[in-house]
Amino acid sequence: MKNIKVLGTGCRNCEITANVIVAAARQAGVEIELEKITDIAEIMGYGVMSTPGVVVDGKLVHSGGVPGPDQVRGWVAD
Amino acid sequence: MFESFANLIVYQALGLDPASHLGAAVHFFVMDVTKIFALLVIVIYVMGLLRALLSPERVREFVRGRPDWQARGFAVTLGALTPFCSCSSVPLFIGFVEAGIPLGVTFSFLIASPMINEVAAVILVGILGWKLAALYVGAGLLVAWFGGIVMQSFKPERWVEDYVWKIQMGQADLPQPDRSFAGRHRYAVAEVKEIVGRIWKWVLLGIGVGALFHGFVPGQWVSENLGGDAWYTVPAAVLMGIPLYSNATGVIPVAEAMLTKGVAVGTTLALMMSVAALSLPEMLILRKVIKWQALALFAGVLAIAFTLVGWGFNAIA
Repeated sequence: MKNIKVLGTGCRNCEITANVIVAAARQAGVEIELEKITDIAEIMGYGVMSTPGVVVDGKLVHSGGVPGPDQVRGWVAD
Repeated sequence: MFESFANLIVYQALGLDPASHLGAAVHFFVMDVTKIFALLVIVIYVMGLLRALLSPERVREFVRGRPDWQARGFAVTLGALTPFCSCSSVPLFIGFVEAGIPLGVTFSFLIASPMINEVAAVILVGILGWKLAALYVGAGLLVAWFGGIVMQSFKPERWVEDYVWKIQMGQADLPQPDRSFAGRHRYAVAEVKEIVGRIWKWVLLGIGVGALFHGFVPGQWVSENLGGDAWYTVPAAVLMGIPLYSNATGVIPVAEAMLTKGVAVGTTLALMMSVAALSLPEMLILRKVIKWQALALFAGVLAIAFTLVGWGFNAIA
């Protein structure tokens, strides 16, 4: 199971990003574990300054703004 | 083109009288809505294609480890070029501190960023002409430069929250962005959606206020009371701007209406800067990283700077 983390301090775009990922995973029929990281120290630990950021299985794949649908499909696919 | 479109809609289709208050206000509204939103979409799209919108991570890399004046120069210029979301100001502040960038330089960046950005600059040129645009941008850069230096002289390090100093930032290893034309186009369209989606309310509100001012406030009253002779109009404009919040683009139509009615240039600029850069919600976000003493000082320094700018331009004009 993939572990996906959304990094963000609770801004609107972070919520949207989390929802987009959940929807894409359901559509692809893939089970994922989604975590929302809101602790600023942990977010900065990934080197991210522009939120929302996305981490897939421990690797940072995106930062700043809501990701595009193609990107999200790529993350949830095997 | 926008003028004749607005004429067609307001005077012919709606049958409003150009000489009436309502006619003037609605005409202003229709013209500015079409013109500003057209400009917004074009400018943001082109900037997106050029990938001119720098990320805070890259700004940090540019600024870190340089001598003070160079770091400040980069901070002010890059602050002016990046329209970052106010929700990023906390991570940005921490990232700058962690990189060892002096606090005064960070404040210079925090002042320049909401006040000036390339989108607002282009729309300023389109609505108010290049002279006023140059005045606004020039004055904004000056305030950001010296505002940071003044903040530094108060040794603001003592007011930074303790946990900020302890954060260790990881090394971001971001994948290379897609540089093909299709990729750039996709990015640009996403930028347009994101930024317009974020600011359209402010812009519409600003145009509404501008239209009411344009249609219903008598010109004679304005020139008698706000023409720039009375010293107190500038500080009053700055104070008015503190509780009011809009982004830099939204305040442009208000300035347009004020200027055409004869409000003094300095007073108008002071209000624009105060509305765009000095806002309570924005300040309260920073409370997460600095103590209230630093916030009060920051607000005070900006209010004084905008007042000086206003008086300066009223004196020259």
